[in-house]
Amino acid sequence: MTMLEFDNVEVYYGKVQALRGLSLHVDEGEIVALLGNNGAGKTTTLSTASALVKVGSGKLTFDGNDISRANPWDVVGAGLIHVPEGRRIFSTLSVLENLQLGGFLVKDRGVVAKRIEHVFALLPLLFERRAQQGGTLSGGEQQMLAIGRGLIAGPKMLMLDEPSMGLAPLIVNQVMDVIREIREEGTTVLLVEQNARAALRVTDRAYVIESGVTTVEGQASDLLNDPRIIDAYLGA
Amino acid sequence: MTQIIWDGLFVGSFYALIALGYSMVYGIIKLLNFAHGDIYMLGAFIGFVMLTSMGGLPGALGIGALLVVLLVSMALTGGAGVLIERFAYRPLRKAPRLAVLITAVGVSFTLQYGVSAIMGSNPRSYPVRLEGDVFDVLGARISLPQVLLMAIAAILMISLNTYIQKTSTGRAMRSISLDMKGSLLMGINVNSVITRTFFIGSALAGAAGVMSGAYYGKIDFMMGFLIGLKAFTAAVIGGIGNIQGAMLGGLVLGLLEAFGASVFGGEWRDVFSFVVLILFLTLRPTGILGERVTERV
Repeated sequence: MTMLEFDNVEVYYGKVQALRGLSLHVDEGEIVALLGNNGAGKTTTLSTASALVKVGSGKLTFDGNDISRANPWDVVGAGLIHVPEGRRIFSTLSVLENLQLGGFLVKDRGVVAKRIEHVFALLPLLFERRAQQGGTLSGGEQQMLAIGRGLIAGPKMLMLDEPSMGLAPLIVNQVMDVIREIREEGTTVLLVEQNARAALRVTDRAYVIESGVTTVEGQASDLLNDPRIIDAYLGA
Repeated sequence: MTQIIWDGLFVGSFYALIALGYSMVYGIIKLLNFAHGDIYMLGAFIGFVMLTSMGGLPGALGIGALLVVLLVSMALTGGAGVLIERFAYRPLRKAPRLAVLITAVGVSFTLQYGVSAIMGSNPRSYPVRLEGDVFDVLGARISLPQVLLMAIAAILMISLNTYIQKTSTGRAMRSISLDMKGSLLMGINVNSVITRTFFIGSALAGAAGVMSGAYYGKIDFMMGFLIGLKAFTAAVIGGIGNIQGAMLGGLVLGLLEAFGASVFGGEWRDVFSFVVLILFLTLRPTGILGERVTERV
């Protein structure tokens, strides 16, 4: 079953067109990578799905519902969670409060508490730092917190924007391991990455996006050996 | 000496109540709501109309009836704040900050001259005047109404602080003030949280208006102007955007004024507080409690 689908979506920032008829789909249980250079439209794609950016034309569906005109909080309520670029941790709020905010729309406090415990089990380091202000964490810790916070909402699908950005290679591996675990628990994942090699190692399928349209689509294992991808994104 | 401290704290708790609304609104949408002082004035007049129509306070019900008037006035000024945000500020949410600031000044004039047109421009005397026994504590003369009003102010501030620190909506208010986009991604309906912020801030100012009317006995349509600026000063002293800072700033400003007035004379009171404002803006624009976190990237 298709979880998220972009059908010929166009997006404008004022007069500048950022997405030029982009189409892609992510199936339930899949983990898909979205690769591309700076300015290609990767972040815009995610922001459009989470309704931070308005759809100009085309159709956007999530879990069978048209979300082209939805509000950001409706999208979150439907179970599509966007972990943004730059992590956007609330710096003066504690780690625990950051996590609690992830469950803002979850009415049952018991469920939130249980999910927080689950995240602490998955990322024990956050438990140690639960009373600390979010802004005092290191980059890698903040990334883990951002992902953990996304999980508290009980997502059907998680969209991660450049989780490896600015992290040491060892930490990147840890982040990718966490993403793999999340997927194994049944959450669908769309992963935006510049670090194509790291991304293709954990994903099933990938799209390459250039100037607001997808130009290449394929199985991750094939793309790792595709000369076009090697030249453009993996280096020689 | 104790008299000066007591007077400072008493006036300061009014400043604090009004500074809270200033600071909350600034924190959440980065707007200096110059109409906030006029909400205080509006509260005083709403209380005036209600008390007049009741024919003053029936003796036996005294304080109870005053509390009811206080609560109703808070609800109405809160509603006024919500309407102002909805129709004057929300359409300009993405406009340059200066446009919103000028709109706030416009709203301020609208409230002042609206009330003046309906209620007249002459000062009115409040139908109720809080009076009570005066007793002596460590050399300071303290009256019962002062104690009562400060207790109400303290209860309001403590409840607000608990609300902001402990509830889910309070957390959302803090998160929006840090990062509106990030808050949207948490599923927070930013509009409804902003509405709530305006309601609470305006209700607190309205409460201060009724209390000051009942205590000082005289109200007029310009009464919000100066106290609005004082509340702004208090918010800056405490660290604008910071809730606890606003409460602290109000009390600090009250104390500074009381001391300033006793040293330089009462006619220098306002000059003294605005000198304090300028000093803070120059030397420590983040206020006493502002910018506590050291951010690591």
